[in-house]
Amino acid sequence: MNNTTHFAFFDEGSKKEIRRTTLKAVAIPGYQVPFASREMPIARGWGTGGLQLTLSLIGKEDTLKVIDQGADESVNAVSIKKLVQQTTGVEVTDHTEAASLIQSRHRIPEVPLTEEQILVLQVPTPEPLRDVEASEYVTKRLHAEEEYSGAWLLLFEQIMKYGKTATGADHPVYVNGRYVMAPSPIPRFDNPKMHISKALTLLGAGREKKIYAVPPYTDVTSLAFEDYPFAVETFAGHACHLCGATDVFLDELVDEATGIAYYQCNDTSYCIDRLNSQEQVEVEHHHA
Amino acid sequence: MGYVAVKGGTKAIEASINRLTYDRLKEREIIEVKTIMATMRALVDQVMSESSLYSPFLAALAIKQAEGSMEEAVFIMRAHRSTLPRLYYSNIVESESMLVERRISASFKDIPGGQILGSTTDYTHRLLDFSLVSETRSENEQWIKQFMEQMEHEVATSGEVVYFPKVVDYLREEGLFVAHEPDNTSPTDITKENLSFPASRSARLQTLTRGQTGAVTALGYASLRGYGQVHPTVGEVRVGKLPIYVGHPNEPNQTEEDSYYIGEIKVSEVESFVPVSVKNEQNEEELDFEIGYGVCYGQNETKAIAMSILDQCLEHPEASFPTHDEEFVLLHIDSVEATGFISHLKLPHYVTFQSKLDSVREVKRKGENYE
Repeated sequence: MNNTTHFAFFDEGSKKEIRRTTLKAVAIPGYQVPFASREMPIARGWGTGGLQLTLSLIGKEDTLKVIDQGADESVNAVSIKKLVQQTTGVEVTDHTEAASLIQSRHRIPEVPLTEEQILVLQVPTPEPLRDVEASEYVTKRLHAEEEYSGAWLLLFEQIMKYGKTATGADHPVYVNGRYVMAPSPIPRFDNPKMHISKALTLLGAGREKKIYAVPPYTDVTSLAFEDYPFAVETFAGHACHLCGATDVFLDELVDEATGIAYYQCNDTSYCIDRLNSQEQVEVEHHHA
Repeated sequence: MGYVAVKGGTKAIEASINRLTYDRLKEREIIEVKTIMATMRALVDQVMSESSLYSPFLAALAIKQAEGSMEEAVFIMRAHRSTLPRLYYSNIVESESMLVERRISASFKDIPGGQILGSTTDYTHRLLDFSLVSETRSENEQWIKQFMEQMEHEVATSGEVVYFPKVVDYLREEGLFVAHEPDNTSPTDITKENLSFPASRSARLQTLTRGQTGAVTALGYASLRGYGQVHPTVGEVRVGKLPIYVGHPNEPNQTEEDSYYIGEIKVSEVESFVPVSVKNEQNEEELDFEIGYGVCYGQNETKAIAMSILDQCLEHPEASFPTHDEEFVLLHIDSVEATGFISHLKLPHYVTFQSKLDSVREVKRKGENYE
């Protein structure tokens, strides 16, 4: 009993259906389009939404990059990459510039994306109003009526309680002046990267069965008040201990021997590229 | 005439049990208890956990008898548990002493001691493996031989036993977690005492850990998805063996050294980090972290994580969600109680139904009279 899988795992009908949903999502920026999310060979909640988008879009000519928490070598990224590669035979890459399709969990790469690229984000909770309203039936109506006072109130309450907004990752955004959207759990740091992005951003939530999108060159503004403006995570005073980068999202690591924290680029491929080019400059300088 | 409830009960039961035995035997295949123990680790672990009886052999036997039905196997184990004397309580186990097989953190990349992936299905692709249809003993032997050789060559062994620090200790040093004094008062034993509300934390944790995997997972999921207020990050999941010691029951003034080692149990342990808002000394709201704790027999990380979510929920009963309601959660997650009462609906209800029928008919008749 041997069983070989179809190109990109899905049957053609399923791929078409997901693509149609995707088109609708692109047509209504920020609107969560329901879709018949399939059971996948990875766990529900581990990126099946992103994976379904990737598999429905990928062609033989594509080059795929998969990121998890900023790293290409992170276990879940490796696992997803392996699955897509096994069922399609496409090339994979760590270089952001070299990829035509980038599936990511929790990060938008530091290198600005281009019109030639599609960013697929894995989304755990697509509903930005879930914290204020548990019922799906109700939140859908709130979106229809553009009734977002709950989301604003949440931020307002944080200001009243803590003197500032205290969102973590997944700080809600207004898309194209119409829908409030959960920008997947990317850190606040990455929210501005979605604004007028040259690349198409697709967001897939497998468990919650939703696909939504930010088309290229679309307005994306993070929810904030005039007197309490939106602020990204701060790494002021810290630099990557490897490549020296300062204007990027940094990981806090701890030296086991001394117990002292040090910092490192979260986007590993960005860091390696910088190290390589620094080395090249050094070598050229040396031999010049 | 077939089965009439009021007569022939004895014969009917006898015939039904024969039929059950026939269903188990009719394919003329036998699964050995040791085969279940060796090949169905996850099922054995779950049965042990839900029946709160640590015995892989008895769990495997129960699974065989129950033809693989979880609820039935747990039922059999719990019934057997009632026949066993409860002689000792073990010494307090410090889970730092775990012999770790697997240890991961979803909060920090670089945890002191490092992450150990260990044995997990997390990164397997869930594609049906048709090669298992024709698996042979000799092929398996070959694979094991190769694996062992590889281990000998590639993995250095050290003579000393390594214990791993808890991830949370790092954050405690920074003052992000409150350092509680260990509470070493004897726990409430929920198998000897009726659960009363509000329950002590020890009673809560015991009830959660022996809860039905599916039920604990479902309620933990509900809480995470919006019907609750807990959004944790897993600080640490560890799977490994804990040595268990028992002190001599009749000798006072003994030290730890005098205790008897009675064996080890495999457990999954989880510490979840939950952001909460607390009032500081100036009565201002501040953000802080709290720990949700989960532990269960065997390797069943989902259940342990779900338990840690519910532990945290129940520490904060003021929320308006059922997952924060102690009675709602603790009274409904027990496998034996839930399946028992649901299945009681199969028992005859002739009298109660006749009585209800009478009322309904009466009410309807009255309604007609008014027209």
